[in-house]
Amino acid sequence: MNIAVAIDQVPQRALPIASEAGPAPKRIVVAYGFWIFLLSDIVMFAALFASYAVLVRSTAGGPTGAQLFNQGTVAIETACLLVSSYTCGLMALAINSRNRLGTYLGALITFALGAAFLTLELREFAEMIAIGATPQRSAFLSAFFTLVGCHGLHVTLGLIWLIVMMVQVAVFGFVARVQHRLLCFSLFWHALDIVWVGVFTVVYLMGVSP
Amino acid sequence: MTEALHERAPGDRPSREIQPSAPSEFLVYTIGLFVAILLTATSFWAANTTLLWPGGVFLGLAVLAIAQMGIHLVFFLHITTGPESTNNVLALAFGVLIVFVVVAGTMWIVADMNANMMMPSGEPMSMRMQH
Repeated sequence: MNIAVAIDQVPQRALPIASEAGPAPKRIVVAYGFWIFLLSDIVMFAALFASYAVLVRSTAGGPTGAQLFNQGTVAIETACLLVSSYTCGLMALAINSRNRLGTYLGALITFALGAAFLTLELREFAEMIAIGATPQRSAFLSAFFTLVGCHGLHVTLGLIWLIVMMVQVAVFGFVARVQHRLLCFSLFWHALDIVWVGVFTVVYLMGVSP
Repeated sequence: MTEALHERAPGDRPSREIQPSAPSEFLVYTIGLFVAILLTATSFWAANTTLLWPGGVFLGLAVLAIAQMGIHLVFFLHITTGPESTNNVLALAFGVLIVFVVVAGTMWIVADMNANMMMPSGEPMSMRMQH
């Protein structure tokens, strides 16, 4: 009884709650669905991180992480991805205020930084393969190329997606469906940066620290 | 306006018409960038310094990484504790749970199996692995 009285005394909210306000707008539904996809993608990365952590000592007499990794390159890669995440955020602001020039500028800087990241990563892979540290060499290198390569593949797809989105902005303008896709793109790009924080910590910093 | 009581899309900021006290969005991204740079620089410093006890560096790097992921979620993805963000936070919490189960479970099980692996000579693998 007391509980019922207490509930009655809670002041009623003047506005209808979400369940009485009808279906959520499409922007929320689309972004929430994409959010679920991103979380499942992160679960997949968790499996790759787990296999890397298990296999990191299994070098089979081959080169170890401390011999292969160059921290200078990793620091530049990290800076590129972090700043591109920031410019992607600024691009989202330009999109919300329907500023075409700002959108193109943000996309251009984001693309350039993402491409710089990818170039450095591919050069690092090429250098490793040139000295015989191929994925076939040891279980450690298989896990390394799978984890870091999968992240690099995501960045590549993100760059292609960004080009496609800029073409859509140019052709269709800021219509609702293009804005929904741009919101999904910025979620994707920020999520990639979160995964990279895990990669540079687990693979590059923990791998080389004494 | 019923909009204010709807859930908010992940990545969207609260609208300033509805919530005039919300800080400028440009400021939010810029603060996030600077905190992330600070945490990244600390990580790289901690991995290379000889000032710290090596046993603690591993834990310190893990804490810095998790802190930076939190910064990205709050300042770049705009995940908040507000009621309009509940769905996003619940999905995120479930994702974090699965990530934890996969990573910690794999490492625990495989380390256990490795320790119990019997070598042909009859002694556990873990004895042989010690150099």
